[in-house]
Amino acid sequence: MRLIQWATSPWAQSVPTHIAWGLIWVAVIAGLFFMIVHSLYLIVVKLPKRFAERAAEASAAGIPERVPRHTLAARLFHWIMAASMLTLLFTAFLPKVGIQFNWVLYHWIAGMVLTVSILYHIVHASFFLDFWSIWPDRTDLRDAVNRTMRFFGKDAPSPSKFAKYPLENKLYHGVVMLAGLAVMVTGLFMMKRVQTGIFTRNPYLFSDMTWGLMYVLHGLAGVGFIALALMHVYMGIRPEKLPITKSMIFGWMNRDFYLEEHDTGRWAVKGSGPKAKEGYAARDGD
Amino acid sequence: MAVIRDVMPAFDLLQPDTAAEAQRLLEQNGEDAWVMAGGMDSFDWLKDRIKKPRVLVDLSGVEELKGIRATGDGVEIGAMTTLTEIANHAAIQRDYGVLAQAVELVASPQIRNQGTLGGNVSQDARCWYYRGGWPCYRAGGNICYADTPVGRNREHAIFGANRCVAVHPSDSAPALIALDAKFVIRTPKGERVVDAEDYFVGPETDITRLNILRPGDLLTAIRIPAAWAGAKFYFEKVRDRNVWDFPLMNVASAMKLSGGSIDQVRIAVNAVAPRPMRLKAVEDAVRGKPANAETGEMAGKIAVKGAVPLQFNAYKIPLMRNLVKRAIVGAQEAA
Repeated sequence: MRLIQWATSPWAQSVPTHIAWGLIWVAVIAGLFFMIVHSLYLIVVKLPKRFAERAAEASAAGIPERVPRHTLAARLFHWIMAASMLTLLFTAFLPKVGIQFNWVLYHWIAGMVLTVSILYHIVHASFFLDFWSIWPDRTDLRDAVNRTMRFFGKDAPSPSKFAKYPLENKLYHGVVMLAGLAVMVTGLFMMKRVQTGIFTRNPYLFSDMTWGLMYVLHGLAGVGFIALALMHVYMGIRPEKLPITKSMIFGWMNRDFYLEEHDTGRWAVKGSGPKAKEGYAARDGD
Repeated sequence: MAVIRDVMPAFDLLQPDTAAEAQRLLEQNGEDAWVMAGGMDSFDWLKDRIKKPRVLVDLSGVEELKGIRATGDGVEIGAMTTLTEIANHAAIQRDYGVLAQAVELVASPQIRNQGTLGGNVSQDARCWYYRGGWPCYRAGGNICYADTPVGRNREHAIFGANRCVAVHPSDSAPALIALDAKFVIRTPKGERVVDAEDYFVGPETDITRLNILRPGDLLTAIRIPAAWAGAKFYFEKVRDRNVWDFPLMNVASAMKLSGGSIDQVRIAVNAVAPRPMRLKAVEDAVRGKPANAETGEMAGKIAVKGAVPLQFNAYKIPLMRNLVKRAIVGAQEAA
């Protein structure tokens, strides 16, 4: 199967026009494959958790019953982004699999909502939240190496408990960020090709080749989001992850889960010890 | 690109005898099949080597798709009935004159002898960028070459543009909408009957098609109900030359008058949008009003509300306003 659809421009140049729409099904299968493999892995070869004990947990007595995790603003952003992303996916790909409707209008409106929410998130996360909490740090990388070695039966130190976000979360965020920026930037330019009432239409802004590559990048990131969304929904409904999902609804996770999964030193919540920042948890989250 | 003429690409020619067989062949070959009625549209595509189907299903041997039959409620016209036969049919001329007028203005006598009603309503867009084989939206690409500041769009849409700005080129379509005709489609799931106006789709729904036919579907007949038989009709086609030309615009109306007032009316225009437009707002506005110049004037103004001209087709707005006015009051009174 060809990954890209090509066409001959009026100037007899071969230019890309779209991704091959068969990639939609590749992305769906990839998402489902991840779910199946991950489920089987947890059923068949699940290893017992062996976090390193840390002295910081002596301060657990000060941790509240409901540990604040996501502010209302952060939760609203997440759900608005999710709604716009699902709208974008359905409006983009349902017509390609035979369900015809006036999709362009809903697609660019959802795209604008997503763009505004992403811009808000960039400002909010950069200046009002703990910006570095979502980026992998040295401990994450060291623990990843240790976990991998232990998986293969090698001798390695027990990994630390997680900070606010496990490494997998951080990597997922990174991939979503890259794909999100790709669809956002290309999508904004593509609005110059259709009638929206926002931009003056100018299909000759770029060369046919540049436009074609832009459409291909938009499409690749778009089908990538099919797999990413499937994985995200799957992880969100897994029983052991439900406390995290609930925290994205209610804003908090319970104390037991926090102590079980998170390192009180790496993710300090209000009142958890002398090193904790005052009011830190209430501001933290995304 | 359209560089080779007259030598068609190779395809398997299938010539069924019955509608059932034709539909089965279309279903069997799906996207690979091309259905050919009179060939007036098909041969352009094939000789230009822009469309290269693997299989061509030629309907010319399917007798049951030909002819005009009286039914309990009007007439049924087979999809393969030629335009000449319809234009010359006594019952059509007498009861559904708007259709006879419309098909008589299609192209040229030679084309009307060969072209069919099914083919006329199912023909593809005539935008030259698209017909020239350029990779526009309608051809599966990502650009409309006509909708640019320098694009040649004099003949294109003033309504319903959605990425593609090509118009529907049929002359018979607005007449059939005015007559409240029903299109009979044989599908893999059985027979389906749709209103004339619902047979056509715009680019907002499906940018690569002008009608609802999917691979495996076959338009078999068009039924015209008796409800509008003998009504007051009007059809007018404006084109650059008086023969062998597509419409710059056409209008069709069917009216029932009661004491000089418009009791019932259906009016449709074509070549203003990617699908034939039924003017429901106009119909609602003129119902109950006298069929005079004042009503026609009002109808014309309502008809063009929301029109968005392109660089070179603003003339279509006053043209449409006047055609709709004439459709209400008749050409003589509108002058």
